[in-house]
Amino acid sequence: MNILGLYNYWIVVILILIGFYIVIAHENLIKKLIGLSIFQTAVFFFYISVGMVKGSTAPILDDRWQLYSNPLPHVLILTAIVVGISTTALGLALVVRIQEAYGSIEEHEIQMQDTNDQLECQLEAYGPRKQFNIMKRL
Amino acid sequence: MATALAIVRLNDLFAVVMLAGIYSLLSAAFFVDLNAVDVAFTEASVGAGISTLLMLASLKLVKRYEEKTRYKPLLALGVVTITGALLIYGTLDMPHFGDPNAPAHQHVAPRYIQDSGTEIGVPNIVTSVLASYRGFDTLGEVVVIFTAGIGVMALLLVSRRTKEESQKLVPADMRQQIILRVVAKMMLPLILLFALYVQFHGDFGPGGGFQAGVIFAAGIILYTMLFGLGVTQRVFKPELIALLTACGVLLYAGVGVVCMLLGGNFLDYNVLSHDPVHGQHLGILLIELGVGITVAAVMITIFHKFTWRAVKHKYDQ
Repeated sequence: MNILGLYNYWIVVILILIGFYIVIAHENLIKKLIGLSIFQTAVFFFYISVGMVKGSTAPILDDRWQLYSNPLPHVLILTAIVVGISTTALGLALVVRIQEAYGSIEEHEIQMQDTNDQLECQLEAYGPRKQFNIMKRL
Repeated sequence: MATALAIVRLNDLFAVVMLAGIYSLLSAAFFVDLNAVDVAFTEASVGAGISTLLMLASLKLVKRYEEKTRYKPLLALGVVTITGALLIYGTLDMPHFGDPNAPAHQHVAPRYIQDSGTEIGVPNIVTSVLASYRGFDTLGEVVVIFTAGIGVMALLLVSRRTKEESQKLVPADMRQQIILRVVAKMMLPLILLFALYVQFHGDFGPGGGFQAGVIFAAGIILYTMLFGLGVTQRVFKPELIALLTACGVLLYAGVGVVCMLLGGNFLDYNVLSHDPVHGQHLGILLIELGVGITVAAVMITIFHKFTWRAVKHKYDQ
C-alpha cells in the first residue's frame, strides 16, 4: 500500500493548522473562538474518519447489511459537538462581558488598558519617582 | 477547506460567522459520506444552526469589523508549519483510511455491533452505545452542558428593572416582517413536532435527545426572533426553563439511582422491567428524554440571555 491511503489525516492536519493559525495570529476574540471551533471540527473529522470502514454502512442494524462502521467514535463526537457549542456559548458570554468592561475585543487594546491601570495604581501607591523608574524600565 | 481559508482572510466578522455556518453544513455533508449519520445530524443542527445564531447574537454587542492585527504573521506561520510537519510525520505510522483491520476496530466495537441487537434490542447502535453501554459517560456530558448553561446565566445577568422597562420600550426587531411571521407561525408546530419525532424515534433511526433538544430550542428561538422576548417569556418563563434544565439532569441521574435501588448497577437498565430488553428500552427512553430536556432548556436560556443583553444595551443608550 502506498502513502496516499493516509490522505484523510492530511486533510485533518491542514484544517487543524488553519484553526491553530487563526487562534494564534488574530487578536479579535470572536475570530479566535471561530478558529477554535474549526480546530474542534478537524478533531471531529479525525475521529469519524478513524471509525470509517471501507464498504460499510451507517451503524443502524438491518438484515440487508453485514458490515457497519465503528459506532464508538460517532457516540464520542456526537456528545462532543453539543458540549462544544455550550463551551463556545460560555466563551461568547465572556467576550460580551469583556466588551462591556473594556469597550473592545482586540487583544492589544485590552492589554494596553490593563498596563495603564497598573501604572496608575503604582502611581497612587509609591508616588511619581517610582513611576518614573517603571517607565524607564519599559 | 476553502471556506476555512476564507475565514482566515476576511475581517468582516459578519461574513466570517456566515462562512463558519457554511463550513459546518459542509462538514455535516462530509460526516454523512463517512457513514456517521447521527453526527451529521447533530453538526447540521448545532454547528450550522445554533452556533451561527449565538455568534450573530454576540456580534450585535461588539464591533463588526476586526482591526488590523499587530502580531507578526510570519512567526505564527512558522509555529504552525512546524506543528504541521510534526503531525504529518506522526500520521505516517497510522493505519490507512477505511482499513477494516485498524486497531480502532479491534477492541469493543465488534462487541457493540454483534451483541447490541440482542442485548439492548435497539437497531441504532449509536443510541445503544450512547445511552446504555456508555451511559455514565453521557451523564457526564449532560452535566457539562448544564454547567455551561449556569455559567452563561451567571455571566449575563439582567436586572429585573431592565426587563420590566424594556418590555414596553423595545418590540422585536422583525415585528414588521409579515411574511416571515406568517411562515414562522406555520413552521413552528412542524419544527416542534419534528423535534419530538427525532426524540422518540432515536432508537430506530438517526436522532436522539441531543439533536431533538437542539431542534426544539431552534423552534423556540425562531419564535423569539420574530415575536419578541416578552411574548416568548410569557409562555417559557425563565424560572420554568431554569427548573427544566435541572430536571433533565435529575431525571437522567434518577434513572441510575432507581436502577441501584432495584438491585442493579448504576444505569443498568436490565432491572427496570421483568424482561431485560424491555427494561433497556424503558431506560433509554427516559434518559434520552432527560438529555433532550436539559439540552433544549440550556440552549433556550443561552439565547435568551444574549438577547436580553442586547436589549439592555439598547435601553441604556
